[in-house]
Amino acid sequence: MAPRRTSLAPPVPSSPEAEGNAELALDVSERERMRALLPAVEPDRQLNDWGRSERVERVFDATLVEFFYRYWFRCEVEGVENVPAEGGALLVSNHSGALPPDAAMIGKAIRDEHPDPRPLYMTVEHFFKGYPGFSTLLPKIGCVPAHPANVHRLLFDERQLVLVFPEGRKGTEKLIKDRYRVQRFGRGGFVEAAMRAQAQLVPVCVVGAEEAAPVFAQSKLMQRLTGLLYFPITPTFPWLGPAGMLGYLPAKFRIRFLDPIDTTRMGSEPAEDKALVQSVAQEVRARIQEGLHEMVGKRKSVWLG
Amino acid sequence: MSEIEGPPQGHPARRVLITGLASYWGGRLAQALEAFAEIEAIVGVDTRDPTRELERTEYVKVSNQHSLIARIVRAARIDTVIDTRLVVDSTTTGRRQAHENNVIGTMNVLAACSGPSSPVRKFIFKSSAHVYGCEQDDPAFFTEGMSRSHRPSTAIERDVVEAEASVVDFATKQPEVDVTVLRCANVLGPDVQTAFSRMFSLPLVPMVLGFDPRLQFVHEDDVVHALEHAAISRVPGVYNVAADGVLALSEVIGLLGKRPAPLLPPWGTGLLAGPLRSLGLRIPDEMLNQLRFGRGIDNRRYKASGFEYGATSRETVTSYAEHLRLHPILRGIEGSYTYEGEVERFLRRSPLTRPPSPAADDRSGTEKEPFGI
Repeated sequence: MAPRRTSLAPPVPSSPEAEGNAELALDVSERERMRALLPAVEPDRQLNDWGRSERVERVFDATLVEFFYRYWFRCEVEGVENVPAEGGALLVSNHSGALPPDAAMIGKAIRDEHPDPRPLYMTVEHFFKGYPGFSTLLPKIGCVPAHPANVHRLLFDERQLVLVFPEGRKGTEKLIKDRYRVQRFGRGGFVEAAMRAQAQLVPVCVVGAEEAAPVFAQSKLMQRLTGLLYFPITPTFPWLGPAGMLGYLPAKFRIRFLDPIDTTRMGSEPAEDKALVQSVAQEVRARIQEGLHEMVGKRKSVWLG
Repeated sequence: MSEIEGPPQGHPARRVLITGLASYWGGRLAQALEAFAEIEAIVGVDTRDPTRELERTEYVKVSNQHSLIARIVRAARIDTVIDTRLVVDSTTTGRRQAHENNVIGTMNVLAACSGPSSPVRKFIFKSSAHVYGCEQDDPAFFTEGMSRSHRPSTAIERDVVEAEASVVDFATKQPEVDVTVLRCANVLGPDVQTAFSRMFSLPLVPMVLGFDPRLQFVHEDDVVHALEHAAISRVPGVYNVAADGVLALSEVIGLLGKRPAPLLPPWGTGLLAGPLRSLGLRIPDEMLNQLRFGRGIDNRRYKASGFEYGATSRETVTSYAEHLRLHPILRGIEGSYTYEGEVERFLRRSPLTRPPSPAADDRSGTEKEPFGI
C-alpha cells in the first residue's frame, strides 16, 4: 500500500483477514510490512541512523585496525564462509582482555576475507554510552549498546551482522590464569534474540586475544575510585595511562567461524521455550569451548602460532 | 457528505473541539481543519485568546474547568476532542503552571469527555517522546510498546507520564471512544519555538564534551498533518510521530552551517544549567540527558496506519537552516495577529458579511502556509 501524507487520500485498506487461523502468517506478513517501512537510506548523509560513520570507520580500518590485524596479531582466519552473505546473523564469540581487541579483529576478518563483506555491528556495554569520548567514538565505528531491542532491530528489520559476547563482563574481567575457559553465557538472551529475529547463530572462536591483553589482577578499590566498569592490571595498564589499554602483546591471532545454527527450523515460537533456549545456548558455548581446546592444543607458540 | 472519508467503521470527525486553541498546535490544527468541508463545526477553547487568524472556528474562552468544558461538549454535540495543550518545555512555563496545565488540565478535559451522556467518540491526545525518558541504557529506537526504563527525573517528564496515564485510564474506561495518542519527537520548523530551535539559532551550538548524541526531529507541518490524519481517519492507539532518520548532533550542526561548542562539562551538567539559564542559554532540564544520550524513536507504526511524512529529519534540519539564514531578511514581514472578539463576532455573525466558504480549493492551501496566515 502507498502511504499518504494527509488524510485527503482514499481510506487505508484495513486488514480484514485479521481473524481466523492465519494469525501466525499474518504476523509474519505484518512484520515484513513493518520492515518495508524502515527509513530509507539518505545518500547525502555520512552517518546512518545508528550513528555509524563510514568515513571514521575507513580511517580506523586503514590505520590502527590494519596494523594490528596484519602485522601485530597476524590474524589467521578459518571458515569465514560460514558467515552468511545475506540476512540477519548473530555472531557469538568468546571474549577476553582488558580492552578487548577481538571484536575489531572479527570485523576486520569479515571485511577483508569474506567474499561478500558486510559491516558488522558490535554490541558493547551501556556503560560506554555514558562515558565521554567513548560515547562519541564507539557508535561511529559500528558499536551498538547491547540492548535486546537493538539486537532485534539489527537482526530482524535491517538483516545485519551482529556480534555478541555472551560472557560479557565475566569474560573481560577474567584473569590470565583462567584463559580459554569460556564463562557462563548469561541467561541465553542472545539465543532468544536470534530466534525472535529468525537469524542464524554463528559461533566464533578467537585464540590469541587472551594472551594479547592479559589481565593479572582486578583492582576493586581503583574500580570504585575511577568509576570504570572494571580496573584491570595488565602489562601496560595503568602504568602507561589510558593508552596502556591499547598496549597489546603481539600474540598470534586465530579466528575460526564455526558452522551456523539455523534458528528458523526450531518450531514456530522457539524463543518461548526456555528449555530449548537454554540447551541451544549450552550447545553454542560447548562448540566454542571445543573449538578453542582444539586450536590451543595445536598451537605451538603463543607468539608465533 | 463528501466522498472522501475515513474507513466505514470509524468515526470521522464532524464536530471537533480543540483544546489549547491559543497554543501553536491548537491554532495550526484549527487552520488546517477549517479546510475540510466534512468537518461542520470547529470549537476551540483556551484560557488565552487565539494567536492565529481563524475563519470559522468558534473560540470560547474558558478555564480548564471540566464542568464548563463538559457543557460545551454536550451543547455543541462534539464527536471529536483534540487535546493539544501539552507543555513540553520547562523554560517557557513555570513548573507549577506546567503541572496545572499538563496533569490537572488533561484530567479535566478527559472528565468533560466521559460519562454516559457524552457525545465524544474520538479523543486525540498530543503527547511527547519525553514519555520514554532518556537514559544511558535505553534502546536506540523506542517503539510504542516499550516503557521507560527509569522513573522520570524531570518535572516535565513526570507530567507527560502522568498525563498519558490518565489518557490510558480514560481509554480503558470508555471503550466506545477511539483514543489516539501521538508521541511527538523534537519539533523543528520555521514557525514553532522549541528548546532545540532556540539552541540551534545560537551562533555556537553547545554540546556536552565527549558526547555526540543521536537526535531525531519532526517538521512542524508534519505534526499538524499527523493530528489531522488522526482526526480524519480511524487510528486508535499509541503512535510515535518522528521523521525518518536519526542524526548525530555534530551532523545537525554541520547541516546548520554552525560551529559546535563542546562547552558543557560531561559531569555536573545539571548544576551548570542553572547559571547558564540566567546568562540566557536556556537549556531545559528535560533536554540535558538528550544532549548526552540522545533518543531515537521508531516511526513505522504511524506510517503503517497510512500517514506519510513530508520531511525527513535531515530535511527538517536543512529547512530550519534555510529559515535561520532568511530570518534576518524576512523578519517582521509576516505581520502579527491580534484576536479581537468584536471583529471576529462581526465576521461570523453579521448578516452583512459573506459566510465563510469551506471551499475545496482551500484545501491545497493547507499544505504550504509557511507563515501561518
